[in-house]
Parts: sequence; structure tokens; C-alpha cells
Amino acid sequence: MDRLPRWADLTLVPLVSLLFAAVISALVLLSIGQSPTEALKVMIDGALGSPYGWGYTLYYATSFIFTGLAVTVAFHAGLFNIGGEGQAQIGGLGVALVCLSLPWPHWTVALAAATAGAALFGAAWAAIPAYLQAKRGSHIVITTIMFNYIAAALMVYVLVDVLRPTGQMDPASARFPVGAQLPALNDIPGFSLIFQRPVPANITLLIALAMAVVVWALLWRTRLGYQIRAFGKSEAAAKYAGINPVRITIIAMLISGGLAGMMSINNVMGEAERLLQNSSEGAGFIGIAVALMGRNHPFGVVLAALLFGFLYQGGAELGLWTSIPIEMRIVVQGLVILFTGALDMMVRMILERLFALVRSAKAVRAA
Amino acid sequence: MDYATLLQVLDTTVRLATPLLLACLAGLYSERAGIFDIGLEGKMLSAAMSAGAVAALTGSAWAGLLAGIGASMLFAALHGLAAITFRGNQLISGVALNFLASGLTVLIAQAMFKQGGRTPPLSGDARFNPVTLPGAEALRDVPLIGPLYYEVISGHSVLVYIAFLIVPFTWWVLFRTRFGLRLRAVGENPAAVDTAGVSVIGLRFAAVAITGILCGVAGAYMATALQAGFGREMTAGRGYIALAALIFAKWRPVAAMWACLLFGFFQALALRPDVVQSVVQMKVPVPLLDALPYILTVLVLAGFVGKAIPPRAGGQPYVKER
Repeated sequence: MDRLPRWADLTLVPLVSLLFAAVISALVLLSIGQSPTEALKVMIDGALGSPYGWGYTLYYATSFIFTGLAVTVAFHAGLFNIGGEGQAQIGGLGVALVCLSLPWPHWTVALAAATAGAALFGAAWAAIPAYLQAKRGSHIVITTIMFNYIAAALMVYVLVDVLRPTGQMDPASARFPVGAQLPALNDIPGFSLIFQRPVPANITLLIALAMAVVVWALLWRTRLGYQIRAFGKSEAAAKYAGINPVRITIIAMLISGGLAGMMSINNVMGEAERLLQNSSEGAGFIGIAVALMGRNHPFGVVLAALLFGFLYQGGAELGLWTSIPIEMRIVVQGLVILFTGALDMMVRMILERLFALVRSAKAVRAA
Repeated sequence: MDYATLLQVLDTTVRLATPLLLACLAGLYSERAGIFDIGLEGKMLSAAMSAGAVAALTGSAWAGLLAGIGASMLFAALHGLAAITFRGNQLISGVALNFLASGLTVLIAQAMFKQGGRTPPLSGDARFNPVTLPGAEALRDVPLIGPLYYEVISGHSVLVYIAFLIVPFTWWVLFRTRFGLRLRAVGENPAAVDTAGVSVIGLRFAAVAITGILCGVAGAYMATALQAGFGREMTAGRGYIALAALIFAKWRPVAAMWACLLFGFFQALALRPDVVQSVVQMKVPVPLLDALPYILTVLVLAGFVGKAIPPRAGGQPYVKER
């Protein structure tokens, strides 16, 4: 059978997958007695209809860029990191410890230190599964899942017994000092012309976009990136070329965990300004869908993160204004992963048939 | 810890090990046939919701069980479609189906019952109630063995006994029948099975279907025996712990039973912080106990597994040569 042209492989395959996910989502809504068109209207109004809605959409997208990049880097090394959720939560702990440790003089200094803390803690949480995969052969998928549960329990302990100020009832850390508060988009000259009301999207958005460029450069413009991709394509060939599998596994997972941890500067430092329980709210898992949808390319990840930002903000609006439960977001997320990640062969086969039909029709006309 | 407390903990161990065991055996069939399945969790969850809903509507636990098996089989069929027919990534398919189950169960339960994504509490015949084994009352006063028989072995729901009977049955199917031989062969060397004129696709779909049935029983047990109704995310990672037990047991049925009993024991300990504290003579934070099954899973995977060699063709789609 003919192969798909490159442009179709890059654009049509994800778009058709998305279409399938959308159709099934609509059917799900119909089957629980809701109107899909009404739901879509609420989502578009709430997520894209105003600068305020965009402020939330971009805020979620920022987190998803980080976690999507995290999954992407691991994927290129042939590793499936499902632990982004736990790594993001522990990254949040890193942010909180940094922010609470000093009366920060200015947010720029605090941001640099907190970013380092987030990346370091996230990477540390990925380090143990990475080591176990590289040295002991324990499957990274199972260990990272276990580490998500362990992280959740650890955060309960830390927030209830360690970081909670005396006299406070809810399990959360103290508020961060003023010097550690990040400017939101409505505080930044230029952006403030668009965003006149306070929005949660903040300066971290720019860091996320910068990280997308950095990850692209790392993967396709450095020796390490080449080694990561070679290892992911063929472990045997990479070993033969002198690439150390233990080293690449661990480094790729450290980068992945660091990126997942860094999402916490967006939600913990930029928005909540204190550490709350379950701070990452599933963003680590969304990274999987974002990476698959974005075809494991940083540029695709940014686009897919925007799409999921829309889905997330739109889904929250659904929970607010309609009787559709907020869990609809998880259904859509599962469908996108199913069609872009597991059934992409099906989508490709359908498209190949279509292209073959068009070609033979052309050939007939030419003859 | 006195003998009575020990028996209580062991009793809880058996109850908590049962869903793990059913899910673990479910994974065993699938993985022995060369299909990785990290979607055990989602299948259990969908089965728990269906079983809880149908049991609440009909008042019959058995109808609930059938509905649970049906829902789980549906997810298994989807996994088979993605992993076998369209040769997709089996891990990603499992993750996708887990999310799908997590969202859909709440959506459907909310649409049906409007109780915040739960199913109504079950009672009477809508649940699988404890069965007293013959002679349990009579033997109760025999020292040591009597209370052990009465407390730990007797007094569980019928699904518990079914689960433990499936262990020798699975051993017999896998190692003493032609179907079992072919199932194992298709997980090690599908090309050889194909050459012998046996359908690889057919065998793998059969294995995935058995996985669906057993996960269905596991989920139904969660909602209609262990607890009285479905609650969101009620499986709480049991599908993954079952997978860890499967690796720990090196894909063997009897070892799987011991592994699940061990993990069930960890879960039982997490429910009894007072017992743990009196044994170790120290205050133990409750979150640590909650995390204990997961931590021990990692330790087991890291250290004591030795060389766990999975079925050789595991995770690889089979492409017939043309």
C-alpha cells in the first residue's frame, strides 16, 4: 500500500484522530442526555470568548507544556514516564520550600531559585524509577505509577504534619512572602493591554515557551539529544555505537522529571501562592495526551497544550454552568490518548485508503 | 499482638487479596499470550460501576456480577482492537482505557443516580453476603485451628472462594491443556504458532477476553462484596498492584496467589495503624501506612524479584509475513 505524504502524516493524522475523539465525546454526551452543541458553545464562550477566559486557558496550557515536554523527552529515549503527576507534586514541594525559606527581595531572584528547586525535586523523584529501570530492570511504567501514589501520601504527610502553620485548619503551607509573588499577564506591560482583569496566567508562560525551544535544541541540535533519540529508536544499535544505556536512561528521566517538576512554578508560585494538596490536579497525566497529540515534537506539544488548556477551562465551565460532570474532561483526555496513541494505525490505514482512492481516480482521468 | 488480632488482620488480608488475585490472574492470561495490559485498573473500575448500578436496580448481586463482566469485556475488546487488530502501543492503550473508565464511570453513575457519581448503597441480596463453611461453628472451640478456620477461612463471600479456586484451575489450563500450551507459545514465539496453523489473533483475543471476565469479577467483588456500592476511583490503584504482584510471581499462577496475599497483608496493615504501632513500638504516620503497599511494591520490584523474565513476545504486535 502507498505511504502517506509527509504533510498528511504530520497534520492529517492528528487532526483525524482528534475528530474521532470529538465524535465519540459527542456520543457520550448524547447518551447521558446532554446536548453536545450546547456543551461546545459553553466551552468556547468560557475558554476563548473573553480575555478572562483566555487567561485561564493559557494558565492551564502553561502547565501542560511542561508536562507534555516531560513525557516527550522520555518518549524519545524509549521510556514511558507516567510519573509526571508525582514529579509535579514533589516539584511543588521544592517550590514551596524555596519560597518559604527566605524573605525574597524581588520576584526575579525568587523565580530563578524556585525554578531550580522545582526542577531539582522533580528530577529527584524521577531518579529512583530511572535507576531501577537502568540497573535492576524494574519496568519504569510500574515504578513511576507506584511513585505517583507514594508522592500523594508523602504530600499529605508534609502538608498536615510539617508545612502547615500552627492554628491553620486546612492542609496547606503558609502563604509565600510578597517578594516571591510572580507577575500575572495583566501585570506585564504589553500583555496588560489585553488582560485588564487579574488572570491566573503568568510570566511562567514565557518560561514554558522558552523550555519548548530548549527541548527542541536539546533533542535535535546536541550530541546528548542524538544519543537519547538513537537509544530510543534502537537500544541494540545505540549500545553498538558506544552509547551507555544506563547513562542515557537516567539522564533522560532526570530531564523528564525536572520538566514535570517545573510546572509547579506556574500553579504553586504563580497562582495559588502557597502549597495545596493535589496541587498539580492531574496535569502530569495530561502531559501524556499532550505529547501524543503533539507527535512528540516541542512545537506540536505547545499546540496540543493550548488545545488541552481550552478543554480544561471549557470543562470547568461545563461543571459550573451545566449539569455535565467535570469528569467529562478525563473522558476526552482518554479518547485523545486512545486515538492518537493506540489507534493511530487505524487512522493511518483509513487515510492511506483515501489517498489511494484519490490517486487511482487521478490515474484513470489521466489515461 | 495477640492471636485474636492476628486472625482479624489475616481475615482482612484474605478479603483485600481477593480483588488483587482476580486482577492478577486476569493479567496472567493476557501477558502469557504476549499482550501487556496496564488497563486492569480501568476494567475493574468499569466493572465495579456496572455491578453496583445493576445490583442497585435489580436487587440481585448475580445480575450485578454479569453486568460487571459485560462492562469489563467491552473494555477488553477495545484493548484487543487497539493492541491486536491495529497493532498499537499496548501500554498507551491501557493508559487511555484507564482514563476513559475513570471519567465514564462517574459520568454514567451521575447521570443514572444523581448521587455525586456514586451508586446507591446496596443491602440484602444486592450484595454477595458471607458464607459460613460447613463445620465452622462446630470446630470453633478447637484451640488454634478452630478460630483460624472460623475467622480467616470461613465467612467470606462466594466470590472469594471462586477466586482462590481459579488459581489451581489456571495452573491446569496453562500447563495441562492444549489451549494453555498454545496460549503460552503465542506469548513466546507467535511465528511458530502461526506456522503450526493456529490463529495467533484468535488466541490473543481469547486471552484478552479471559482477562476481561476475571477483571469483571474483581470489579464486581469490589462494589458488591467488599463494599456496598460503587464510589469514584474505588479501585485505588489495585490494578497496578496486581501487575506488580504478577511480575513478583514471575507470571506463575500459584506464586501469583502468594504474592497477592502478601500485598493484601500490606493493605490490611495500612488499615490497622494501632496494630503496626504496637508491634514496632513507635508512632507511625498514617500516610506512611497508606503508602506502604506501593513502597513495598517498588522494593519487591527492585530487589527480590531476581531475574523476572517476561514472556518473550510480550508487548510486540504480531505481523504475519506476506
